[in-house]
Amino acid sequence: MTRAQGLRAAGVVAVLAAAVAFPQVFTNPAVTNYGVFAMIFVAVASAWNTFSGFSGYISLGHAVFFGSGAYAVGIAARGWHVGGDGVFGLMPLGAVVGALIAVPFGLVALRVRRHTFIVITIAMFFIFQLMAFNFSFTQGSSGLDAPFLSWNTQTFNNPFYYIALACAVGATALAWLVRRSRFGLQLRAIRDDEDRARGLGVHAMRVKLSAFVLSAAITGLVGGLWFYYIAQVEPQTGFDPLFDLFVVLMAFFGGLGTVSGPVLGALIIEPGQLYLTTVFTNAYLSEILLGALFLAVVLFMPRGVIPTSAEWITRLRTRGRPAVAPGPGSAAAAAPSPAEGAKT
Amino acid sequence: MAREIYQAIVDGILIGGVYALMAVGLTLIFGVLDIINIAQGILVVLGAYLSYGLAARLHIDLFVGLLITVPAMFVLGVAIQWSFIRPLRGRERTSMTLLVSYAIALIIEGILYEIAGPDVRNLNAWYVTSSIRIFGFYLAYIYLFGFVMAVVLVLALYVLLYRTRFGRSVRATMQDETAARLVGIDTNRVAALTFGIGVAVTAAGGMMFGATNGGFNPNSGYDLISRLLAIIILGGLGSIGGALAASVFMLTLQSLVDIWQPQWATAVFYAALVLVLLIRPTGFFGRAPVRAQ
Repeated sequence: MTRAQGLRAAGVVAVLAAAVAFPQVFTNPAVTNYGVFAMIFVAVASAWNTFSGFSGYISLGHAVFFGSGAYAVGIAARGWHVGGDGVFGLMPLGAVVGALIAVPFGLVALRVRRHTFIVITIAMFFIFQLMAFNFSFTQGSSGLDAPFLSWNTQTFNNPFYYIALACAVGATALAWLVRRSRFGLQLRAIRDDEDRARGLGVHAMRVKLSAFVLSAAITGLVGGLWFYYIAQVEPQTGFDPLFDLFVVLMAFFGGLGTVSGPVLGALIIEPGQLYLTTVFTNAYLSEILLGALFLAVVLFMPRGVIPTSAEWITRLRTRGRPAVAPGPGSAAAAAPSPAEGAKT
Repeated sequence: MAREIYQAIVDGILIGGVYALMAVGLTLIFGVLDIINIAQGILVVLGAYLSYGLAARLHIDLFVGLLITVPAMFVLGVAIQWSFIRPLRGRERTSMTLLVSYAIALIIEGILYEIAGPDVRNLNAWYVTSSIRIFGFYLAYIYLFGFVMAVVLVLALYVLLYRTRFGRSVRATMQDETAARLVGIDTNRVAALTFGIGVAVTAAGGMMFGATNGGFNPNSGYDLISRLLAIIILGGLGSIGGALAASVFMLTLQSLVDIWQPQWATAVFYAALVLVLLIRPTGFFGRAPVRAQ
């Protein structure tokens, strides 16, 4: 293992340890509440990025899977009279429903590219929101209530936190695996030039659809957890246009198509947004601030925090040295420079 | 029954004209700048509020007020393009412009909430409340006036685009930006002015929207932008004729479904979009992309 890889592994372990210790250190439910939401969004942003970040197909319809996951476990819990701790056993159902919806959705939407794809995902989103409003089994605008959990209020958030953490770690690990795999390479080839990738033998539709379904399954799974946590779902909260926007913002903020970017973005933006809404009882002011933050990120760090700061660090470390390493035969090539030493 | 169907078709065509006005702005902006302006929906709502402010505070007639709001929205559009859209370059431009316009929409929405509050407003005038009887059914004057205005404005846009030097440079930029620059067109200027025009028509669209929608508040932008997006995709992105045809088609379809299944009327809108794209991925009048990315 090289030094850089060692550092990275140590960093991951440190972050994980901090995440596991978090609710033990900060026991105040108001604080752990931030933690639960942050983990939920780490998982969703990673899942979104696994499809949209890698393939370049920006989906503004992931709330379809999130809401469907929430409704699926809600309807199942009501229909099968599941209560108490047993509700968590229903969570995989959310993933299955998310994946099942993603197949026809993807088959339709993935035929078109760029702007048209984005708009189709928005259209799908509105169709699903309307269905939730209009069908009787979703109970219209009153929505569904989750089974009551008679847990201690002081530690109520902790089980949710750890399950959300597991989802977040799983989603991020999956993103990492995908990025390193042949599958991930095919996705990024599609992002860079789909026609050429197809020409080189990538089964574009199959690859895109697999990533879409995978991403949808995780989003549906987390949607189920979110439903139990906030204990109810309504059409406009389960299928929330701002949800899509937040997830995209998180991935963009951290760095689209990187593994750590969406994690960082979710960890900063979700608690930040929750904090803003509690500080400013005036929700509109936080909306304006959010928009301004959005603009600032896109204008000043168009490639996201992680890639931009990586660039800054490289520039700092290579300051004063030629941008291109001297060719073989020169004196500098004989002795490895400190920068090269640090890299290997 | 037959009467209701006729009425629905007439309604659809008249309201379709108003939507056409808003959609043409959006599709024009797409054609020239290759971006989807998510803020278009909230800009329409802003236009409605401007008309509301002029009418309620200064007692200026809705149609006369457009002489003030249209230039104001034009300036706002040019300012938005110049400061936020123009600096964006590079591979992620598609999604970044989307985010920027979404951010602008959020800011405008927040400001509107801050100033006007969440109360639902209505634009009122004598021609909104009184109706005329044509061929046996009743129609508020505003629909007729608005339709005439929409037709006039769309014709004016047509003349501007197809009969003037500026229009030729806009169309050249739509076809091939690099080639347009090579023949000496200042594409930056074209982009700014087009964005301005695209936003300026929302002032007129917004006034009509505010008078005919049965109430609006700062939240109305979301519903509106998704409809407009569905319309311009269905018509074929960048196609002005397509936007007109798709507006009338969609709104007529919606008002027809509204007779039998009012709660599904909106869903039909999007379902129609999905179905059409299954058969024709480029929409009614869209060109196939030369080399999509």
